[in-house]
Amino acid sequence: MATLDHNDKKVIGKRVVRNEDPRLLTGQAQYVDDVDLPGMAHAAMFRSEYAHARILSLDVSKARAYPGVLAVFTADDMGADCYPGPPLVSPPPTVKDVVFNSRRQVPLVKEKVRHAGEVIAVVVAETRYIAEDAADLIDIEYEPLPVVADIEQALEADSPLVHDDLDSNLAAQLIQTKGDYEAARKSADVLIRRRFTIERGTAAAMENRGIVAQWDAKSESLTVWDTTQAPIPIRNGLAARLGLSESKVRVIAPFIGGGFGPKIMMFYSEEMLVPWLAIKLNRPVKWIEDRRENFYATTQERGQVHDVEMAFTRDGKILGIKDDFIHDTGAYDPYGLTTPLNTQSHVMGGYDIKNFTSEFKVAFTNKTIVTPMRGAGRPHGVYVIERMMDIAAKELGIDRVEIRRRNLIQPDAFPYEHGIIDQAFAPLIFDSGNYQAALDETLKAIGYEKFVKEEQPRYRAEGRRVGIGVLPFIETTGVGPYEGARVTVEANGKIAVATGVGTQGQGHFTSFAQIVAEQVGVDVTDVRITTGDSAHFNWGTGTFASRGAVVAGNAMHAAAVMVRKKIFKLASKVLNAPEEELELENGVVRVADIPQSSISLKDLAVLANPLRGAVEPGTEPGLEATAYYGPQYGPTAFGVHAMIAEIDPETMMIKILRYVVTEDCGTILNPLILEGQVHGGVALGLGNAYYEKLHFDENAQLLNASFMDYLLVGSTEMPRIDVRHLETRSPLNELGTKGAGEAGAIPVPALFAQTMEDALYDYNFEIRETPLNPNRLFEIVREEKTT
Amino acid sequence: MKPAPFEYHAPTTLDDALSLLTEHGYDAKVLAGGQSLVPMMNFRIAQPAVLIDINNIPDLAYINAEEGGVRVGAMTRHHQSEISPIMAQHAPLIYSTMPKIAYPQVRTRGTFGGSLSHADPAAELPTLTTTLDAKFRLVSQRGERWVPASEFFLGLYTTALEPDEILAEGFVPELPPRSGWSLQEVNRRKHDFALAGVAATVTLDENDVCQNARLVFLSVGDRPMYAERASTLLQGQALTSEAIRAAAELASSEEIDPGDDIHATADFRRHLANVLCKRALEQARQRAQGQK
Ligand SMILES: Cc1cc2nc3c(=O)[nH]c(=O)nc-3n(C[C@H](O)[C@H](O)[C@H](O)COP(=O)(O)OP(=O)(O)OC[C@H]3O[C@@H](n4cnc5c(N)ncnc54)[C@H](O)[C@@H]3O)c2cc1C
Repeated sequence: MATLDHNDKKVIGKRVVRNEDPRLLTGQAQYVDDVDLPGMAHAAMFRSEYAHARILSLDVSKARAYPGVLAVFTADDMGADCYPGPPLVSPPPTVKDVVFNSRRQVPLVKEKVRHAGEVIAVVVAETRYIAEDAADLIDIEYEPLPVVADIEQALEADSPLVHDDLDSNLAAQLIQTKGDYEAARKSADVLIRRRFTIERGTAAAMENRGIVAQWDAKSESLTVWDTTQAPIPIRNGLAARLGLSESKVRVIAPFIGGGFGPKIMMFYSEEMLVPWLAIKLNRPVKWIEDRRENFYATTQERGQVHDVEMAFTRDGKILGIKDDFIHDTGAYDPYGLTTPLNTQSHVMGGYDIKNFTSEFKVAFTNKTIVTPMRGAGRPHGVYVIERMMDIAAKELGIDRVEIRRRNLIQPDAFPYEHGIIDQAFAPLIFDSGNYQAALDETLKAIGYEKFVKEEQPRYRAEGRRVGIGVLPFIETTGVGPYEGARVTVEANGKIAVATGVGTQGQGHFTSFAQIVAEQVGVDVTDVRITTGDSAHFNWGTGTFASRGAVVAGNAMHAAAVMVRKKIFKLASKVLNAPEEELELENGVVRVADIPQSSISLKDLAVLANPLRGAVEPGTEPGLEATAYYGPQYGPTAFGVHAMIAEIDPETMMIKILRYVVTEDCGTILNPLILEGQVHGGVALGLGNAYYEKLHFDENAQLLNASFMDYLLVGSTEMPRIDVRHLETRSPLNELGTKGAGEAGAIPVPALFAQTMEDALYDYNFEIRETPLNPNRLFEIVREEKTT
Repeated sequence: MKPAPFEYHAPTTLDDALSLLTEHGYDAKVLAGGQSLVPMMNFRIAQPAVLIDINNIPDLAYINAEEGGVRVGAMTRHHQSEISPIMAQHAPLIYSTMPKIAYPQVRTRGTFGGSLSHADPAAELPTLTTTLDAKFRLVSQRGERWVPASEFFLGLYTTALEPDEILAEGFVPELPPRSGWSLQEVNRRKHDFALAGVAATVTLDENDVCQNARLVFLSVGDRPMYAERASTLLQGQALTSEAIRAAAELASSEEIDPGDDIHATADFRRHLANVLCKRALEQARQRAQGQK
């Protein structure tokens, strides 16, 4: 009775169509905004217009008097209940001399607003329309304060302060080193120094945030529907805030239209407010974020400035790297150092580098809070190293693929001691990999040789600027602490599975079902998954950090294995045959070679939960098991992207002609779902490369807070993507999986820059910033031409 | 993103609509396809007290061939123009440009009259109608008047419409034989408003000498920018690349007034206008020469 023979998987790894799609496509899936309760009231937030201002006076009397308004609350009205949200992730205790100043968002701002869009008051009314009309009647007087809009200026001595009780805007500072960079630089043939700027974007999930809270005074219990990626921590936090027992709070994260990271940022102001309002008013309260609010109030990411130096030998071998950078955390830092730690741990990419030193400073600014967003600091690291590799290739006169080959970690070097502490709080180890194979596969798929030797010269002769780019990336995935799952064979023969993670479109109802079906011998459609409902599973963290398939997936596998054992044990008794002679398939256990001697799971489930007689001492009723999985450290996925694109040098309009992704995330659960993840990731990556930039002015006012002006990548901008799969299984977990949720987004800006430089081969310029746009690219090309 | 309160009327005759408009004047807004007005109301940038919905008035949507051109009803949806054989034959410049306006969802609602009345300098129809020398029939309870496109667009979102007037229809003249046309624009994404664009028409004589040319730019000023001097410069000349280059240079350096915004600087827009103008004239010339 093998548990998981990788060579003989029946369900895992198959292109199974998604169990959830019929519901999603026919409008039957429940989203938070579909929750409609009798007597439900609606909340509208009154938000700060200024990025930095003192509130001199606030008068909500006209709003309170507006017909249809139930209540208006300010920080004063909330009194002692108005205190900051919890710190989510503290800095790694293992790093020495780390500076960390924790400042967290509050439900309602009292004295001073620190970014545009902070909530100052909340209006609750019979309808959202009335609530918004009334919010327009609130009188407020501000004293505008000098604004901290730029991350470098934020750390200058004379900068205004975001938090007046600190003596600077330094939110955190952390240094990590390995080897001896100073020695490496002294022995180098070539030193390359550059500065790179990465600016902010937004995740722009299709569904904005939303919360509905219902208080049942009779049973003193609270039910909250929340677009969160982390329902269990929200349940625990709400219980603590509201002084309720955890068993009296139920948090449901139903179907969610995209998470991408910002939906984990518990606790948002609205997340603290809406349940409080429901109790206070003893009425169900709904708040649905609109797109404009989303641009101001939902967390964002990407702002960093890097100063890098790399030491090379003449033949292109990397001797060391020094990268100092500033990371923008916005007005608060509830999420600790996850993002800059990810950057720091990705600055060496997939290369074998012995000497490393990196210091980051995290700056408070008067901008929306920064928390991890798909990619979560990794794209920055990969951008920096891969741009440096391209620059080095040019300076040293080595082919850009060749210089990478010379430095990639070799297949026989795994597990590879990377040594830098990352978001898992332990020195990173790359568990497994075959980077050369991924590179070879990609070069073959894109037709690199032929393009460079035949196609490109032909294009150039025609005066067309067509370029090619190829580069590798790594993605640390699947961090702890743990997830759990419960697998039950129900009396109808179907399998019920519950886990604590939430789902935001990842296909969990299918990929998790495949993991369970593999063990329990049923059709994938007979496995019913419940995610994100604290009434169904009590323990867990959430869906983020590319960890669902790894952490929840392996918990699910472990529980399914336990259930399989129970099935075999019971069947052996019932069929009077030794376990070794039993086979489980299509929901039926049979004795090998004696087909008529069999029993269905349905009948077994009934027998396992008898109505009369006794369950034997030392056993449990039912065919059910709960298991947990908590990795010590996460597996590291990797891949290579390549692109061929044409650019019109007069208009800087681009056309992507070919795009190849080779993804290696260990054991593939479902290639169809994996490809979907890759496609979505590449879309975001392209946005971060050429379209999606949040434009803030010098007063930290967002100038493009709508989809008219924030250029979200759509289907018309997307190339066809050729996804190739390699499977280097992770030795760290039974399934052999690694995460893939963020991979697609990570290398794209660096790849785009490389491709553009290759396309515009006859111009002399260098790209050192992202996102670009045609205007900016035009300027860069022209600046360098004239200098 | 909920609009401020407003009063809503849905008249079923043009007369009723005009009388409501006379009654409410500046407080009222006409609702056509709603593709510009409704987002502005949801952002509370526009807060009209009264909305007069003209979608229920029959007979305002048509594309009819007439002596010398086409007549287009105000409520003609962009999508209808996009698929109309009459438009294809008599106003190919408009017909072929329609797919560049927004995306299909917007085109099934957005209207000819709405786009013109809204007078967004980045919109295509104001520029195309100016290029083709179209005229518009404006009606009110006081009567009606025809206003040429060149006198209709007065500035940013500003037209010759009085508060009691509705744009009822437009007349778009057909180009003479041996004419060519082109619209060139640069959009960040396929369906975006253009960063810069230009419409060109040229008419050649039998020796390929330019009899008439019209160059009108979009997104580089507060209204459709007619480059009169550059257009005149081309008259009486063969459309050689030097002649084209000179006209594009003149137009883009002196006859447009681009602004800076987050998508493009004035400088880049000027550069694009120059590049696009050359491409437009080149294509228009080829099309004209292709005609018998
Ligand atoms: C996402 C998006 C992308 C777009 N992209 C483009 C683009 O690339 N190019 C482009 O040209 N347009 C674009 N548009 C605008 C679109 O073409 C609109 O349809 C058009 O601007 C307005 O037409 P409407 O019928 O929707 O007018 P409405 O929004 O109903 O009205 C607009 C204004 O005109 C007034 N009005 C309407 N009809 C009349 C009339 N008959 N008489 C007097 N006043 C009237 C209204 O009172 C209002 O002030 C886009 C719109 C959207 C939402």
